[in-house]
Amino acid sequence: MTTRSSAIIIVAMSGALALGACGSDATKTGTAATGTAASDCPTGTLKAEGSSAQKNAIEAAIKSFQTKCSGTTINYAATGSGAGIKQFIAGQVDFGGSDSTLKDDEAASAATTCASPAWHLPMVTGPVGIAYNLPSVSSLVLNADVTAKIFLGQITMWNDPAIAALNSGTTLPATKISVFFRSDESGTTDNFTKYLKAAAGTAWTVESGKKWNGTAGEGKPQNAGVATAAKSVEGGISYMEWSYVTQNKLGLAKIDNGSGPVELTSASVGKMIETATQKGTGNDLSLTLDYATKTPGAYPINLVTYEIVCSKYKDAAKGKLVKSFLTHFVSADVQKSLEALGYAALPSSVSAKITAAVAAIG
Amino acid sequence: MSATTTPPELTEPAGSSWTNTVTAPRRGGDRWFGLASHGAGVAVVALVTLVGVFLVSQAIPALSKNEANFLTSREWSVGGDNPRFGIMELLWTTTTASIIAMAIAVPIGVCVALFITEYAPQWLRRPAATLVDLLAAVPSIVYGLWGLIIFRPVVRPLEDWLSTRLGWLPLFAPTGITGGTIMFIGVVLAIMILPIVTAISREVFAQTPTTHKEGALALGATRWEMIRTAVLPFGKPGVISAAMLALGRALGETIAVTFIVSTLAAGSDWTWSMLSGGETFASRIANNAAEFDSPQKTGAFIAAGLVLFILTFVVNAVARVVIERRKAFTE
Amino acid sequence: MSATSAAETTEATGTPLARLVAARRAAYRADVVTDDPPQLTRGSASRRLTDQVARVVMWASFGLAMVPLVWILGTVVARGYELLLASSWWTLSQRNINAADVGGGAVHAIQGTLIQAAVTAAISVPLGIFTAIHLVEYGRGRLARAVSFMVDILSGVPSIVAALFIYAVWVTTFGFQRIGFAVCLSLVLLMIPVVVRSTEEMLKLVPNGLREGSYALGVPKWITITRIVLPTAFSGIVTGVMLGLARVMGETAPLLILGPYTKSIATNLFDGYMPTLPTMINQDRTEIGLDSAMERMWATALTLILIVLALNLIGRWAARRSSVRR
Repeated sequence: MTTRSSAIIIVAMSGALALGACGSDATKTGTAATGTAASDCPTGTLKAEGSSAQKNAIEAAIKSFQTKCSGTTINYAATGSGAGIKQFIAGQVDFGGSDSTLKDDEAASAATTCASPAWHLPMVTGPVGIAYNLPSVSSLVLNADVTAKIFLGQITMWNDPAIAALNSGTTLPATKISVFFRSDESGTTDNFTKYLKAAAGTAWTVESGKKWNGTAGEGKPQNAGVATAAKSVEGGISYMEWSYVTQNKLGLAKIDNGSGPVELTSASVGKMIETATQKGTGNDLSLTLDYATKTPGAYPINLVTYEIVCSKYKDAAKGKLVKSFLTHFVSADVQKSLEALGYAALPSSVSAKITAAVAAIG
Repeated sequence: MSATTTPPELTEPAGSSWTNTVTAPRRGGDRWFGLASHGAGVAVVALVTLVGVFLVSQAIPALSKNEANFLTSREWSVGGDNPRFGIMELLWTTTTASIIAMAIAVPIGVCVALFITEYAPQWLRRPAATLVDLLAAVPSIVYGLWGLIIFRPVVRPLEDWLSTRLGWLPLFAPTGITGGTIMFIGVVLAIMILPIVTAISREVFAQTPTTHKEGALALGATRWEMIRTAVLPFGKPGVISAAMLALGRALGETIAVTFIVSTLAAGSDWTWSMLSGGETFASRIANNAAEFDSPQKTGAFIAAGLVLFILTFVVNAVARVVIERRKAFTE
Repeated sequence: MSATSAAETTEATGTPLARLVAARRAAYRADVVTDDPPQLTRGSASRRLTDQVARVVMWASFGLAMVPLVWILGTVVARGYELLLASSWWTLSQRNINAADVGGGAVHAIQGTLIQAAVTAAISVPLGIFTAIHLVEYGRGRLARAVSFMVDILSGVPSIVAALFIYAVWVTTFGFQRIGFAVCLSLVLLMIPVVVRSTEEMLKLVPNGLREGSYALGVPKWITITRIVLPTAFSGIVTGVMLGLARVMGETAPLLILGPYTKSIATNLFDGYMPTLPTMINQDRTEIGLDSAMERMWATALTLILIVLALNLIGRWAARRSSVRR
């Protein structure tokens, strides 16, 4: 009896495994038709890891790259910028994705791992939107000072005079403001609080950083968490990546940067990125963002995700593949396609520099 | 079953084996088999010890740099040169949510177990047991999703009602938290541990000697009186150990809590309210696992994990003592 | 106890009291079989009321326990079943399927989950069974007590702590990469106690007479165990293994720390990322505003439940066919 039952179990198990074994990757057959086998198509697999802010952008780029070059597989694990830097330094991934630049000691370790300097390539610009849930208010203007006070719990009602002063002509409801912040450490929090520190001055009284140090509201994990929470409470407000604001049908605040209210668009983000100055030297394109910019029409709260690469790869084949993928990523077509996903295309002045840097990867 | 078909060769066994019937004759093959089973046992002991040692060795450097009191501080700032972190809030949230879960799941679980063993019609017993076990087959990530997306909007009005009617009690004091409250985490955990309590209690109740139950009924007891006087006293130690196992699971549940939880802002006022937010040990670790970028930071989270390990250790030790006492009772 | 034994002794003598007791016992037995409410000829109204209240409470508790079960399963099935009906779900991966794209396949994650579960089982089953053999067949003295205690501790170790431990050893100490095999190691920690405990219970149920008979024939102990004891307990051990597998396949926390997700088929445990069903759920979970991602998430959850359920049913079925009964 037991032999029979064990036989049946083994058959069932192997059946399940066989089911798994006969699968195939989705588009192998599809690419045969479209795959033009471009001459610059290497083959191989890359491992990358890091920022979750660029997840949808890099996945779109990976999809079109893998479609163009069917012999390649690019794996990107969106685990977080900290993990991206750590794994890159440990030599476990071929490139890392990070929303913040390497610290000096990290840069030194990365250079040791690469046996060549590591470069920052700003590949994705993801604006951070201030999302609110007020069905009766279709347009809302905030500035750094008021935003800081809201997120510190000093302004608690939507019809507060400070908000009303920025929104003449709009009837603001007497609803309580519910603040939601990110409970996990994130580049989104880092850039949002850097903006508040730079632009709001003394009104922002706590430290900036990946970890939220504010003293009001409640924390939720990840963009999805704050978006869900803000959506569920009338009067909710939070900061999140642009795509989450639109996907969850939340209100998107315009930011008054000192030269009038600016709507979040690809163009207004591009204007801000153009004001950035290069921090690194040569092909190391780490940027210093001017969050306090007063350029008319520049949307100030932005997050730049860098791909952190070795300037010269020990394994030439890997280097060739990284180069090929990043060339694809920075191309105008791909960058333009990111706009539909809630990112902004790189301004041409910046992308020209990146293209040159990618070409210099050995 | 598949025992040797040919009779084994009879050789002179060691003298002692005749006096002790459960000790077999010693052979060469016995040595490696005994060693293997011995080795497996040693391996398990070594493994658990290693877990403890590793957690301690990772945690100590971070703890020694900690500028706040690890046990009583509510701060959690682990990066930088002046780390200040303590487990007070984590401990409060973890234990409170677990206690709420136990307060709901243990009585209901015991009642369901009694229903299955004593009250349900014959035809319903096996399907009912299977259905409850099905709850145990649902992965915890699914509980998290369901709790966050489907269940939360249903519970929120109830919490609002509680805070307006019973808000004068410190436990139900209104707070600004609208997302996952401690109470809500407790309710979801209760659903998750219910099948554990039910399954073990059911097994124990089913072992109540029929003679005890018949004796009670013969003396004119109603069915409930029979349960109270025969089944429950017999099953009590078993129910306690079931509850302890469930508590261990509730304390350590990670992914569902991580999805649901609402974190408190740094420096927010201390409240006894169950309608406040907070993070459990496991959810704080899981929430931040992506940003473990320095040994110092990792060590701080591992120190929190160590406290959770010790907490679970204590719970299991208590369960162990109870089970030992139960053995003494039945044998 | 004393009441029953008294009843049994008097039953034999045939006194009127004994006949009454026998009648009550017969009534009780009939009651158990037919499930009619007990005939309460005696007892005050308040006692009967209490009894009725207790009955209502028991039924209500059962009803209450069914609510979340039906609700959860209903939600998952209603929101996720459509994708499972497409053959591509069972034959393709998520390669080149982005969050906003509908559907795709889950075969890469199913493979990953099954492979990791199989390797986890291959490590923890022998280790667990030998530990159980130690406890039941050899276990005396301090070591056995220590083993028994440690198994209990292990069964209470939260999955996140198990994952942190493996992370500390694998990545921090040895500097290895995070690969599928590291996930398996952390799952082994979670599976061992389940295997040990269920095997131990089954071995204890093997009648001592079988062992003694074997020894009496001069069969060495290890042959007795491998040829007599283990085959007798086989079905029960299978049940335990299946239940343990069900638990580890649904685990998510170790995967978040040790097993990055990839959308392409990856079956190498020792190199690169490896997709699994829980990490696939986690991947789509974050895109909470996209219907395509949400549908895929529920479908993945349903797939995972179906696989876990299938294993549970196999385990349960093997238990029912077990030749060892109390």
